[in-house]
Amino acid sequence: MVKTRARAPKAPQALLLVGTMKGAFVFSSDRSRKKWRMDGPHFRGEAVYALLHDKRGGRARTYAATNSMHWGPTVRSSDDLGKTWTSGEGRSVRFPPEAGRAVAQVWQIAPGRAKDPDVLYCGVEPAALFESRDGGQSWAPNQGLLNHEHQPKWQPGGGGLCLHTIMLDPLNPKRMLIAISTGGVYRSEDGGKSWRARNSGVRAEFLPDKHPEFGQCVHKVVHHPSRPERLFLQNHWGLYRSDDWGDTWHDIANGVPSDFGFAMEMHPHDPDTVYIVPLESDTFRCTPEAKLRVYRTTNAGKSWEPLVKGLPQSGAYETVLRDALTADTFESPGIYFGTRSGKLFGSANGGTSWSEIADGLPPVVCVKASTAGVA
Amino acid sequence: MITLELPKALCSFAETQASVFLDDSCKTVGEALIALGKQSPKALDRIMDESGSVRRHVNIFVNGESIRFLDGLSTPAPEGSTILVLAAVSGG
Repeated sequence: MVKTRARAPKAPQALLLVGTMKGAFVFSSDRSRKKWRMDGPHFRGEAVYALLHDKRGGRARTYAATNSMHWGPTVRSSDDLGKTWTSGEGRSVRFPPEAGRAVAQVWQIAPGRAKDPDVLYCGVEPAALFESRDGGQSWAPNQGLLNHEHQPKWQPGGGGLCLHTIMLDPLNPKRMLIAISTGGVYRSEDGGKSWRARNSGVRAEFLPDKHPEFGQCVHKVVHHPSRPERLFLQNHWGLYRSDDWGDTWHDIANGVPSDFGFAMEMHPHDPDTVYIVPLESDTFRCTPEAKLRVYRTTNAGKSWEPLVKGLPQSGAYETVLRDALTADTFESPGIYFGTRSGKLFGSANGGTSWSEIADGLPPVVCVKASTAGVA
Repeated sequence: MITLELPKALCSFAETQASVFLDDSCKTVGEALIALGKQSPKALDRIMDESGSVRRHVNIFVNGESIRFLDGLSTPAPEGSTILVLAAVSGG
C-alpha cells in the first residue's frame, strides 16, 4: 500500500542575487536566514551590474545584465533560478543606428507595473532608459530622454554616464522618475513622453554653479510605495529628502560621518526608515575611520544611527556601491550588502546585528533580495 | 568563397557555427560581417556594437593580418580568404 501524505506548502525561501565583476551568484536560505547556500558563479568572467527576480504574471523569472569584456553587454533570463539562462534576449538592448552611440553597460533592470507583467525597464550607459513590452525579448529607447535637450550636457562620473534609478508612481500611472550620474533627477508626468529636471536644492560641488537645474551627480534615489511622493536621495556629497516627488529637496545629513556615499535602501515596511553606507569622500571612497557602518534613520532623516554589531570596526577600508545594498520583505526584514572587496553581509533583524554571509567573492556591484518557494 | 572563423566562446553566445562560409559578393571585411549578420544577427551584435564599431576587445584578422593595421572594416577580403575573429588579450 502506498502511503500518501498531504504536501505541505513550501516555506518562503530567502534569495540573494549577487552581481560581481566576474559573474553572478545566487544565495538561498530558509526564513531564519542564518545559513546560506551559494550557487555560482554564473556568467564566469562577465560583469553583472543588474539583477532582477521578477514574480509578476505568475512567473518567477530572473533577469541578469551581463557584460563580457570581449563580446559586450546583454540581458539574459532564467525561469529556473539560474540552472539555465538564455543566451541573450532577442537582439538585446541596443540604440537605433541614428542615435550614433552604443550601449556600454546595463546598470538597472526594473519591473513595470504589476498589471503589466511583460513590461520591463532598463537603465543603461550612456544614460538612457529602455522599455520592453514583451518580457525582455525586444527593447526600445525612451525617445523623450534620448532626445532631451539636456542630454548632450550630461557627463560621466567615475563609473560612467549611467541611468541607474527607475521609479514608478504606484498611484499615478503616468508618473515616472529616473536618476542619472551625472545628470540628476528627471520626472515624467505623461508616461515618459517628456521629462523635466527635478533637482532644486541638490548640490553639485564639482560645478561652478553649485545649484544648477541639472548636472548633479545623483547616486541613488529610493522611496516607499506607501508614501511614493517622499523620496530619499544619496548624492555625490549630500543626503536629501523630497516630500513632493522631487520638486524640492532638503538636506537630511544629520549626524552622519560623511554625506558622500552610493548605496541607499528603503525599509520594506516602514516608510520612515532608510539605510545608507557613508564613504569618506569622493577622493577616498572607503568607509570613514576604517569602520564598516551602516547608518539608519527611523524618522525620515531627522537623525541617523550607526549599525555596527557584527561588522568590522577596524581596518575596514570598504566600499559599498549604489546597487549593493538591499532589503527583503520578511516580517523581520533582512538587510544585505556586498563590498568591492568581495564580502557579503546580512542582517535578519533590520540591521540591529549583522553576520558575514560570504567572503572572497569578486568585487560586488549589485545585491538584490527576493523570495522563492512561497506557496 | 570567404571563410569566417568564429571563436568557440562566441558560438555559444550567438548560437552559430564556428565556421561560416560566405559567397564572394563580399569584397571587404565590413561586407563579410554584414553578411554574417544576415545569417546570425546575434553573432554580429557580439563582434560589432550598434554604432558600427568593432568592439574594443575583439580582433579581426584577414589571412593572418590584423585589420587594425590594415584598412579596418574596409580591408579587402579577397576570394578564398579566411577572416578570423578572436578575443583580444583581455578578460574578466
